[in-house]
Amino acid sequence: MAVTVFAIVLQRNLFSVVVLAGIYSFLMATVLVALDAVDVAMTEASVGAGISTVLLLGALYLCGGEEAKPMARPWLPLAVAAVIIGALVYGTLGLPAFSDPSAPIHVHVVPRYLNEALKETGVPNVVTAVLASYRGYDTLGEVMVVFTAGAGVIALLRRARKRVDEARQ
Amino acid sequence: MRRFLVLRVVGKLLIPFMLVFAFYVLFHGDFGPGGGFQAGVIAAAVVIFYGLIFGLPAVRRMVPDAIVETMVGLGVLLYAGVGVAGLVFGGNYLDYFVLGSDPVSGQHRGIFWIEMGVAITVSGVMLKIFYMFAGRGRSLEGE
Repeated sequence: MAVTVFAIVLQRNLFSVVVLAGIYSFLMATVLVALDAVDVAMTEASVGAGISTVLLLGALYLCGGEEAKPMARPWLPLAVAAVIIGALVYGTLGLPAFSDPSAPIHVHVVPRYLNEALKETGVPNVVTAVLASYRGYDTLGEVMVVFTAGAGVIALLRRARKRVDEARQ
Repeated sequence: MRRFLVLRVVGKLLIPFMLVFAFYVLFHGDFGPGGGFQAGVIAAAVVIFYGLIFGLPAVRRMVPDAIVETMVGLGVLLYAGVGVAGLVFGGNYLDYFVLGSDPVSGQHRGIFWIEMGVAITVSGVMLKIFYMFAGRGRSLEGE
């Protein structure tokens, strides 16, 4: 994955960047499978590697395939990024060790979900039970977000097309 | 890309199975990995695949814009409607225990319809975005 990231950063041809981003998504999906997060892996493979690659290729078709040379040396953004990376790494030092069973996240509501979900909802896949039942409001919010994204795209692009039509007349 | 024989044949062979897989992911989401979001994305990917091979006009004939735009809103309404149904049957909003004869079957029914709503909205939005992008390219090309 690190190799793919460096290739994406160094590559100037946007078509290969899109393909490399798809490869990166598939590698990420395999990592998620290795972490036993199969639902997330499925989403990553279908959205990250599938649909977003198609959409990015569509965007490339509209705007051409070569990256423009940067206007100035981006020292300030580099410094900001370095500071943020430092802060995040410093923050991870305070986290409990990876897969530590006594970490706070594993002792709060997780035991109840794991033990009671099958009895209470009759759904063996705990991820589905949590998403749709215990966290139903959150999922409704997510669907609203998707809906808003779709409505926004429709509003923006349809107006653009109308303007093109007017300009033609 | 309609000229490529291999793509056309392989596409026609694969598309029914991909659609079946999308529905499998949707209906089997209770037992294995998957659920509404993944099923919606896979179903949209099937149609986008068809569009890539046979071109935008063909896919617009197969799944017209009106259907896609209806799907975008219908899924959210279905999801919210399940919540209102819980209210009607005397529970709280998005309370599934009251939807069936016993709490567990009610949960099952509620989760099923909610996943359905998620899948419909997600595939509608993905398709709409794809149509918009592809159609934009086409209209610019025509100038």
